[in-house]
Amino acid sequence: MSGIPHDHYEPKTNGEKWLNSRLPIVGLLYDTLMIPTPKNLNWMWIWGIVLTFCLALQIITGIVLVMHYTPHVDLAFASIEHIMRNVNGGYMLRYLHMNGASLFFVAVYIHIFRGLFYGSYKAPREITWIIGMLIYLMMMGTAFMGYVLPWGQMSFWGATVITGLFGAIPFVGDAIQTWLLGGPAVDNATLNRFFSLHYLLPFVIAALVIVHIWAFHTTGNNNPTGVEVRRTSKADAEKDTLPFWPYFVIKDLFALAVILVVFWAVVGFMPNYLGHPDNYIEANPLVTPAHIVPEWYFLPFYAILRAFTGEVWVVQFASFITGGIIDAKFFGVIAMFGAILAMALAPWLDTSSVRSGKYRPMFKWWFYLLIVDFFALMWLGAMPAEEPYATFSLIASAYWFAYFFVILPILGVIEKPLAQPETIEEDFNAHYGKADAEATPAE
Amino acid sequence: MFKKLAIGAAFALALTPAASFAAGGGEQHIEDFSFSFEGPFGTWDKNQLQRGLQVYTEVCAACHGLQYVPLRDLEALGYSEEEVIAYSAENFEVFDPELDDFRPAIPTDHFPANTGVGAPDLSLMAKARAGFHGPYGLGINQFFKGMGGAEYIASLLDGYTGEEKEEAGTILYENKAFPGGWISMGPPLSEDQVEFADGHPATVEAMSEDIAAFLMWTAEPKMMERKYSGFVGVIFLSVLSVLLYLVNKRLWAGVKGKRQH
Repeated sequence: MSGIPHDHYEPKTNGEKWLNSRLPIVGLLYDTLMIPTPKNLNWMWIWGIVLTFCLALQIITGIVLVMHYTPHVDLAFASIEHIMRNVNGGYMLRYLHMNGASLFFVAVYIHIFRGLFYGSYKAPREITWIIGMLIYLMMMGTAFMGYVLPWGQMSFWGATVITGLFGAIPFVGDAIQTWLLGGPAVDNATLNRFFSLHYLLPFVIAALVIVHIWAFHTTGNNNPTGVEVRRTSKADAEKDTLPFWPYFVIKDLFALAVILVVFWAVVGFMPNYLGHPDNYIEANPLVTPAHIVPEWYFLPFYAILRAFTGEVWVVQFASFITGGIIDAKFFGVIAMFGAILAMALAPWLDTSSVRSGKYRPMFKWWFYLLIVDFFALMWLGAMPAEEPYATFSLIASAYWFAYFFVILPILGVIEKPLAQPETIEEDFNAHYGKADAEATPAE
Repeated sequence: MFKKLAIGAAFALALTPAASFAAGGGEQHIEDFSFSFEGPFGTWDKNQLQRGLQVYTEVCAACHGLQYVPLRDLEALGYSEEEVIAYSAENFEVFDPELDDFRPAIPTDHFPANTGVGAPDLSLMAKARAGFHGPYGLGINQFFKGMGGAEYIASLLDGYTGEEKEEAGTILYENKAFPGGWISMGPPLSEDQVEFADGHPATVEAMSEDIAAFLMWTAEPKMMERKYSGFVGVIFLSVLSVLLYLVNKRLWAGVKGKRQH
């Protein structure tokens, strides 16, 4: 499967040969698990395992929660309390699921920014990147719909605000919104379809994860230097790589265990820290909360959505040339989805031939600024829509777009990259020294 | 550099709960009461919970329900089964669709809902309010002090200034803890309104703390079990981390040479 030369599974016994000639599943698992992996991967490469764990955690806890949950506007909130009070271990199941979503997004954001820094999106890994972006979009959809299920105040009003975005689409918006909600407003039909889709989408995500892994197993992993593994011969490849099992499995599991210590402490000691208190009030269509705030992982894009008000000249200009079809609300929706699309387009917007940010002296600083920008947007998304936050939001949103559409294309042309190591082996030895002649790699 | 930045970022993020952004009224004053159940090591003060139940039964229950709380759960407050049966029958009547009539409550019933005067249900009140915010919407206070739901309730009950005003036919009472400063609930507690069996003084402040602790219990009855699971998990995973660290170190020792710098 991989383009990097390595040993493949050879069936030895008659039984193995019998199976292999009919279904080469052992060989598939062997090749997947023994894939040659660049040996210089740093600790930013552990988030894939964390994400896989999160998906499994969410699916397993979710399936058990469904056994006790009732998707009905009159019963949903009470059924959550039933889980919290009467179901054996129900309080842990629910808090794990609730905070599991947060861990999922912490991991996915670090994973994405890892890719952005080390140029993991660049050729030949564009498909891996695009699939990843699709997974991220699906995660957002799943998380959003899952947040509606407890039928608290923020569930209800969050659903009202977010489905309202689709209502901003010119001409067909209202029809689309009604179709999504299954009626004129968020109600039982909405809750039921969100429940159905919240159960379905994780399995779609799981399928996409397999494609994601398939894609980067074909191209091989990127690595902190961005230098490709030598494929001239198996011997050369083995100087640059180590098999995924056991080296990276153990390393990743160690990292996962450390992360889970923190995660478990949050679940055990402060499970509601990342949630909103209003969601412990049952949904009430007649009472609007003072501030409707999405979950923290949506805040950066929520800030971009709100940044483009009717007072911004770009919005006025867009409205003018389209004869008012693109109003401020629709512009905000375009900007929000555009901010994610910008990330997805990174492979074609980045003109630099150097992958890793380590060897890009100018890029580095713009990238760090992007991270600051991301946190600024997250903070601004939670602030009320008033000055000075509105202006800050606009500046921060502008930088987000500028990074992808202006800075990435220009940097590739004007920047003088630093010297990169010839091989991964060279980089590895520079860090850790050459292995002793006697010490042989563990099998 | 990127690694440090990412760790710093993850940490900063951990300090950013959504709740902290729900900016309350400008001059809200929430007293940071010290409750026995706070922090990873905190446990319920069952005497306090029993006093809180008494205040709820004699005062709050007139207007507020606890519809999500089963009466049988009161055994967790240290009552015997017989005491819970007696308490249920003495204090509450529930509508039984089979009898098509009201009957005295039994432990398998919930506390009744009470929607008579439009007062909110109190089952989850201690989780539905945040006492602490900020600074600058960053949620740092909540990280160190907790969400502050119980503190909010106690501060509210103890926060009446005695001022009143009439607005659109409703009397509003000034309250230091309520967002906006004026609340439509009159001061519910007065000195020595309740006589505690354990001789605990029934000042407004003491009763406010007791009822807040009780409502924390109604909102999160499994808090102690949760913290216990937290400790088991954290200790188990910490040991696992150490073992995996050692395995990983040994595994890689063969391929890593001596550090040259």
